Amino acid sequence: MSKLLTVSPSPHINSNQSVEKLMFGVVISLVPVFLASLYFFGIGALIITTISIVTCMLTEMIIQKYLLQTEIRIRDGSAIVTGLLLAFNLPSNLPWWMVVLGSVFAIGIGKMTYGGLGNNPFNPALAGRVFLLISFPVQMTSWPLPITSRMHYIDAATGATPLGYVKEAIRNGETVSDAMTQLPDHMQMFLGQMSGSLGEISALALIIGFLWMLYKRIITWHIPVIMVGTVYIFTGLLWLIDPSKNAAPLFHILTGGVLLGAIYMATDLVTSPMTKTGMVIYAAGIGIITVVIRVFGSYPEGVSFAILIMNAFVPLINKYVKPSRFGKEVKHG
Amino acid sequence: MLKTFPKGGVHPPENKLSAHLPIRQIPLPPSVTILLSQHMGAPAKAIVEKGDQVRAGQLIATGEGFLSGNVHASVSGKVTRIDEVQDASGYKRQAVFIETAGDEWFEGIKSDDILEKDFDIDGQEIIKRITEAGIVGLGGATFPSHVKLNVPRGKKAKFLVVNGVECEPYLTSDHALMLEKGEEIMVGVQLLKKALNVKLAHIGIENNKPDAIRHLKELSAKHEGIQVHALKVKYPQGGEKQLIRAITGREVPSGGLPVDVGVVVFNIGTVYAVYEAVQKNKPLIERIVTITGKDIKQPSNFRVRIGTPISALIEAAGGLPENTGKVIMGGPMMGKALGNSEVPVVKGTSGILILSDTESSRSIIQPCIRCAKCVSVCPMCLEPYLLMPLAQQNKFDTLEAAHVMDCIECGSCSYICPASRPLLDYIRQGKSSVGKIIRSRKK
Ligand code: SF4
Ligand code: SF4
Repeated sequence: MSKLLTVSPSPHINSNQSVEKLMFGVVISLVPVFLASLYFFGIGALIITTISIVTCMLTEMIIQKYLLQTEIRIRDGSAIVTGLLLAFNLPSNLPWWMVVLGSVFAIGIGKMTYGGLGNNPFNPALAGRVFLLISFPVQMTSWPLPITSRMHYIDAATGATPLGYVKEAIRNGETVSDAMTQLPDHMQMFLGQMSGSLGEISALALIIGFLWMLYKRIITWHIPVIMVGTVYIFTGLLWLIDPSKNAAPLFHILTGGVLLGAIYMATDLVTSPMTKTGMVIYAAGIGIITVVIRVFGSYPEGVSFAILIMNAFVPLINKYVKPSRFGKEVKHG
Repeated sequence: MLKTFPKGGVHPPENKLSAHLPIRQIPLPPSVTILLSQHMGAPAKAIVEKGDQVRAGQLIATGEGFLSGNVHASVSGKVTRIDEVQDASGYKRQAVFIETAGDEWFEGIKSDDILEKDFDIDGQEIIKRITEAGIVGLGGATFPSHVKLNVPRGKKAKFLVVNGVECEPYLTSDHALMLEKGEEIMVGVQLLKKALNVKLAHIGIENNKPDAIRHLKELSAKHEGIQVHALKVKYPQGGEKQLIRAITGREVPSGGLPVDVGVVVFNIGTVYAVYEAVQKNKPLIERIVTITGKDIKQPSNFRVRIGTPISALIEAAGGLPENTGKVIMGGPMMGKALGNSEVPVVKGTSGILILSDTESSRSIIQPCIRCAKCVSVCPMCLEPYLLMPLAQQNKFDTLEAAHVMDCIECGSCSYICPASRPLLDYIRQGKSSVGKIIRSRKK
């Protein structure tokens, strides 16, 4: 026989999964969220998203080519995901150069300084967002009104987010129920008709994306469900204690990026734990820190900080929370 | 609810192309090459010489030492030489070459297919015949069966578990055997129960073989102490530890043997070989081999004499396809890729799988994205993403502490990894180094 045979160790087949396919799956799942942002914020959403994706990809390419002089891995799609998610965490009227700065920070500092995809301890998109929040607190907290600002970018009319509004009202001594009368109802919030960052507003779109990712087995349910559940229980307890000073749990979940954070930011594969138990600890931690910041801190929301803080604990969680090995619990009989 | 092992596992496409096809005999090959190492343990010692005339079933080499086993001539004819030949792993091994002449069987062997149900012999005698017949685990591990049957002092077997899972994609030899030789398998199970002195035997079959499950359930109703279980289709359901866990709920302790939880496991093919050895006085000289692959003209289940070159099987199934990339002995998850197709069939050969160039090529290795998929599919609950770099860096102490020796080399981690990391390649290396260290410590 003349044919040359390949000899390599088993297994001889693979699942045909790839990093590109995973990342592409995330991008597909974000289509409803993107459409919602276009519907509510129009042209601003389009501008911000485009700039963010392009800058993230360029930054990664330039760093790989000229600084690290390694292989260019832009095709793995992770820079696109970072770009999309960063954009979805920004207000639609942010000046274009700030978007550029945020993207360069996200990829350049948040990801590449650690050695690129797979090595970064912090979620790069959130690193970019928090960098912008600290550098440009005013612009990063001016929120265009939904629908009415569709045809405007920088010049969009702005208002407070529901969460910000309630926090301000409580500070001024008003009761939560009074403040609520000024806000969209739960159904409007569920659909996304409120001020906020591009991707955080529409719970409906986010949940569709979540279900798609579950179906495609890109993520598991653990982190989103545990994180949202923790926020619900914690804010629910506070609300039961004093409903005049604390907003209802459902309000907390629908506003301020809890769903965006739970479904897309906390589940980032690279920066979340490796075991199911680890994921539960991590997600519960994010939920608790989020509520603590919201209720006791000066920022109205807190999801981004909570996730970054828990990101820092992931190596520790991975070190101490091990899968319970087969054959450890010996059953004799 | 179907029974299954609790954590991990994957579900590769089943591709059982040769399912439901009858077992066919292929013409006797003009010559056979019978390896003297067809079991774990040391090679058997040849007792024939060049020029000797032998008959099918005649003893030609005796097992030497603890994990060794007897080897018999599989055809009648003349011993042409005793020489080295490449085995499935690519190593040179001693083998007896026999040129076939006629088909004469050694005296006392019943080579017909008539069912012999009744037996009246004691356990010791059964074990003796199994030892003489050179039976080893036919699932691929080739552990000598008589060693399993001699339960060490201080341990006690409570159940016999029979492995009819066949969880490897493509392979169907056990399935075919269960459909055609159900009665014989029942007798084999009773013989093994008697040899082990246990009251109950469990047969586990994956749920993708409903006809085999139905058939064996019907037959087992007429036999005392045999239960047939349908198991969830999930790889590696047929891993010994996974199977025991699925059926009995017991977990073999890390580093332990099935008998530590009172279980002894035999493969369905081995059970049939036991029947033949005891009831027909026939040593292990033939077995069922699946020959399969998407581009193979006639995927088949053949009854094959041990020592037949793989190429003869491929010919009988329509020849080697043009686009062949890999010839694998065993299944796609755990089989061995062969360097040439002249390698002979051995006792542990359950199938020959031909993969095309495209199917057998590996993807480019990417950095780990810490997606945790390898952790979630590992049936032993290990962390392959950690074990691989540890093995690369020769950190043997840490590897041992991370339970590398528990790895059953099922390949689920490499199969699932989206970054195409060759996790098992390195884990296997690490395992072998750590194994050496552990053994040297014991000395
Ligand atoms: S499956 Fe591959 S990419 Fe995912 S964690 Fe394991 S080694 Fe890393
Ligand atoms: S580490 Fe070993 S036991 Fe675990 S999935 Fe990989 S090959 Fe299988």
